[in-house]
Amino acid sequence: MVADGAEEARGKRAALAFAAVALVLGLPLWWKTTETYRASLPYAGISALGSLRFQLTVPVSVVFAKGALPGAQQRRLPFTDTKEEESLLNSKTSVTSRYETTYRSATVTEQAALALATVKEADAALLPLQDSLGALTVYVIPETSPLLPQGVGVYIGKHRSAVMRCTQGPGDVLAAVSAWVQQIVQAMSFTTDSIATALSDRVPMDQLGTDTRRPFKSSLGYEITFSLLNPDPKSHNVHWDIEAAVNSYVQPFLDKLGSVANFSVDSQILYYAVLGVTPRFDKASSSFILSALSLPHVINPVEARLGSSATSLYPVLNFLLYVPERVHSPLYIQDKDGAAVGTNAFHSPRWGGIMVYNIDHPVPDKAPLPLWVDVDMVRVMEVFLAQLRLLFGISQVSLPEEFLLESPGNDGLTDWELDRLLWTRTVENIATVSTTLTSLAQLLDKIGNIVIKDDVASEVYHAVASAQTAMLELASGRLGSAFQASKEAVTSSERAFFDPSLLHLLYFPDDQKFAIYIPLFLPMAVPILLSLVKILREAKQSKKEPTKTD
Amino acid sequence: MAGAAGVLGLLLLLLLGSPGGCGGSTAPPRDSLREELLLSPLPSGDLAATFQFRARWDSELHREGVSHYRLFPKALGQLLSKYLVRELHLSLTQGFWRTRTWGQPYLQAPAGAELWVWFQDSVTDVDKAWKELSNILSGIFCASLNFIDSTNTVTPTASFKPLGLANVTDHHLLRYAVLPREVVCTENLTPWKKLLPCGSKAGLAVLLKAERLFHTSYHSQAVHIRPICRDASCLSVSWELRQTLTVVFDTFSIGQGKRDWSLFKMFSRTVTEACPLASESKIYVDISSKTQENELLEVTPPPLSVHEASVQGDRRTYAVYDLLSPFLFNVSRSLNVQLKWKRPQDSLDLSTPVLHAQRYVSGYGLQTGEISTLIYNTHPYRAFPVILLETVPWYLRLYVHTLVITTKGKENKPSYIHYQPAKDRRRPHLLEMLIQLPANSVTKITIQFERALLKWTEYTPDPNHGFYVSPSVLSALVPSVIAMKAEDAEQSPLFTSLFPSSDGSSYFVRLYTEPLLVNLPTPDFSMPYNVICLTCTVVAVCYGSFYNLLTRTFHVEEPNRGGLAKRLANIIRKVRGVPPL
Repeated sequence: MVADGAEEARGKRAALAFAAVALVLGLPLWWKTTETYRASLPYAGISALGSLRFQLTVPVSVVFAKGALPGAQQRRLPFTDTKEEESLLNSKTSVTSRYETTYRSATVTEQAALALATVKEADAALLPLQDSLGALTVYVIPETSPLLPQGVGVYIGKHRSAVMRCTQGPGDVLAAVSAWVQQIVQAMSFTTDSIATALSDRVPMDQLGTDTRRPFKSSLGYEITFSLLNPDPKSHNVHWDIEAAVNSYVQPFLDKLGSVANFSVDSQILYYAVLGVTPRFDKASSSFILSALSLPHVINPVEARLGSSATSLYPVLNFLLYVPERVHSPLYIQDKDGAAVGTNAFHSPRWGGIMVYNIDHPVPDKAPLPLWVDVDMVRVMEVFLAQLRLLFGISQVSLPEEFLLESPGNDGLTDWELDRLLWTRTVENIATVSTTLTSLAQLLDKIGNIVIKDDVASEVYHAVASAQTAMLELASGRLGSAFQASKEAVTSSERAFFDPSLLHLLYFPDDQKFAIYIPLFLPMAVPILLSLVKILREAKQSKKEPTKTD
Repeated sequence: MAGAAGVLGLLLLLLLGSPGGCGGSTAPPRDSLREELLLSPLPSGDLAATFQFRARWDSELHREGVSHYRLFPKALGQLLSKYLVRELHLSLTQGFWRTRTWGQPYLQAPAGAELWVWFQDSVTDVDKAWKELSNILSGIFCASLNFIDSTNTVTPTASFKPLGLANVTDHHLLRYAVLPREVVCTENLTPWKKLLPCGSKAGLAVLLKAERLFHTSYHSQAVHIRPICRDASCLSVSWELRQTLTVVFDTFSIGQGKRDWSLFKMFSRTVTEACPLASESKIYVDISSKTQENELLEVTPPPLSVHEASVQGDRRTYAVYDLLSPFLFNVSRSLNVQLKWKRPQDSLDLSTPVLHAQRYVSGYGLQTGEISTLIYNTHPYRAFPVILLETVPWYLRLYVHTLVITTKGKENKPSYIHYQPAKDRRRPHLLEMLIQLPANSVTKITIQFERALLKWTEYTPDPNHGFYVSPSVLSALVPSVIAMKAEDAEQSPLFTSLFPSSDGSSYFVRLYTEPLLVNLPTPDFSMPYNVICLTCTVVAVCYGSFYNLLTRTFHVEEPNRGGLAKRLANIIRKVRGVPPL
């Protein structure tokens, strides 16, 4: 019996050893060899990005020309004043606008510039003195100064400065000035509304107007395509000198925007491309009418012909010039009230614009068909350029009457308009990065089969770091570097999100996994489990009757 | 939106008044379009219809910043300038051109998809450009060109020379691939039609009705882009986009046993106008007959003019319908070209073409096999050389030492051989040979191969269908029977001007043989699971006995009363009266 007992104990030990080997060696080995590789991700950073507390700092200098301030207040210069204004867009998004205003008196060169004959010359002369992107300067001149024309209180120049007439009144002049400055700075940088527009993805729809969905989403590049649609080449031989028109009108504008995104411009002529709607004949004016209600149906059939860009992945802005068929001309677009639209053009949000170009037909039977038509590119381009500005979200600022805006000139874009665009684009980029990374983190959390490679992880780290840099730069008022950082963040986050390696093991169904595991695991696990159960039961019994062992 | 335009408008007018409305109605258009349809009755009684649309663009496409397109499609233009393409030839074909019975083709293409591209010498990474280019083309033409990779791409050294203007003949800039498995259908035709300036709305393209075009024995659509000389002095370059489409109608089945045909019968449409953008729009009907009596066939309406040309070593007569001629649509509003045979023609007078070839795979079993190619030269007295290009996928391992070329029972030594062996899963075999074909001879080329075993994920869907081997390509300058006079390429019909003819005595022919279908050893695809199950069972059995052996406790068994057998035996013994065990 002793030998039997020893034998039994040995058997027990062997069974336990099997269980131990399977548990200690087999299980981790199996786990290690079949696990999907997941590099660690900065989840804390991502969730911190989920709630965006923007702090946008605008450095403003208010420069007082000689005689603009009464002597008593002049002595208080220079000093710095900071104003903060917080607005809560939703529980996870808030914007704090911070205006760091420096009040100082004019230097000699500035004084000389402000003494020039016209305000335009002064604006040009002040350009070399100005700061970097985003920083604004307001020059306050005495009420009696002849620089500003009569009835104009504020002049906003082509660059990053404004000239303002100081109204001498009773009470604190500085306080009055700072109220004006506030208004000027908001016009030249951003308002809460413009930032809310940029964050439209995070803000409920009903809080915003219809215009907010118009501008294109922020992207690293855009393709601009001008298409001439000639549905009736039998009667019209239409020619346009698009190359010269692009070079003289569009290119300067795009050069100015070069820091915002890459642009490529091309054009094509499409024949037999018709609108999707048959225009209605209006007897009174003997012309054809496209009503505003039917405009949504116009684009789809044309779009099939436009063709997407084969060589890049950037969004395409389409500008179509439509020359109506001979039988349907002249063709006019009617707005909702039934009045003809002056420019005969309309635009589609985040898509592009269409302009109808009517041709003057000579008396029938006089000219042989097809009629040679040279398109008046000035007329066309002014419409397209206006639409282009709208689609980029560079809208006209509504200002009080005393404000005088300098026209943007040849570039089609002033420096401060570019700043406005950069402010909103930076905010929008950061919001996009936040959304992308949050959804990526959620996705990875939900689906355990997704492989996260090291390069994907490093892109995510880079995106988070860049987004944080961009936030910090915004808070310290360096717009240029903030925008660059936000651009990098967008690139990295998109690259991580769309990395094809994420999908490699996604479609590996569980039932197939089990089908492969069961033939191996069942025969191995059952004896181990059974003997463990047996050992446990025996151990219990031996506890109950401890005396029996002796 | 309208208001905003006004503000800017004023400013623009002030700034740049001068360029408005310029463009100059005197400047000649920088691009032109020609369209052409060639209808040629084939010796077998079928009818071949070849459409050619040629857009010519007088522009330096590769100069920076040219991005304004008129007749040249934007999608292709962008592609050419982005990837610095010098020449691009893409064809998508369904069916096989039977050279023996249909005669020499004007432009043959191999079954499936074929793409060959010459890049500019400024391209640094040709393979990368080739990969991206084929991917984008795949998107443009809705074809599976994205399956082109290093395993089916070759760089031929002699067979594919640039067809257009080229001073670079460094063949490292050339890539060639064929996908014989590709099936061509309407989804490929629609994007092809979309590249035409007139779409399918006007001109000859009206006839391109997918329903009829794919109800044919042969359908081949192609895009050829090449630089050409702008004028005779050839100082500047123009770009030429040629879109060709060839279909072969089986006239017997369409015409209920009669061989008469008309445009309406074939395309179920008629031509009503030329494309208004085309500078030339013509229909050619081949009315030449072998015998001298011309009354064999009759075309209606009577052609306005007749064009005589020497095409592929043969003098041919074409009835020409110029759609731009004002007289054509005077009588009736639409043109329905009809052809009637005056008397039933015996289809036995098949004249075999000078050069034709066939290829087959032979052998038995699943281990080795043999590819045989037969090349026929039926010219009565002239010998000529031919370049043969063979591309064989890596999973057929060619034994080059078994390469045998015999003509008239004697060995024929090729004067040039270029062989690039395959690398498994990396690149295919490439074999190029220059072979002299004696007059009136058959040359047989055989080479043996061994079938490789593939990994189970490398099998295509439906692997028992077999694996395609792309057709071999024959390029030759075939001596002409008659003297041909050189014609100006701009004046002559399009179908004669794609391959430049070097001199009057010979003409260029490129032929493709049949694609081959080879069966590879195909496993049972449930095998991996069976293997897993078997291995697991073996492991489980071994493990089980091992486990038992180690964990069981062994006792010495006390002798028992015995089992069932013993008791049964005792009962029997009792009955028999024998003492029990």
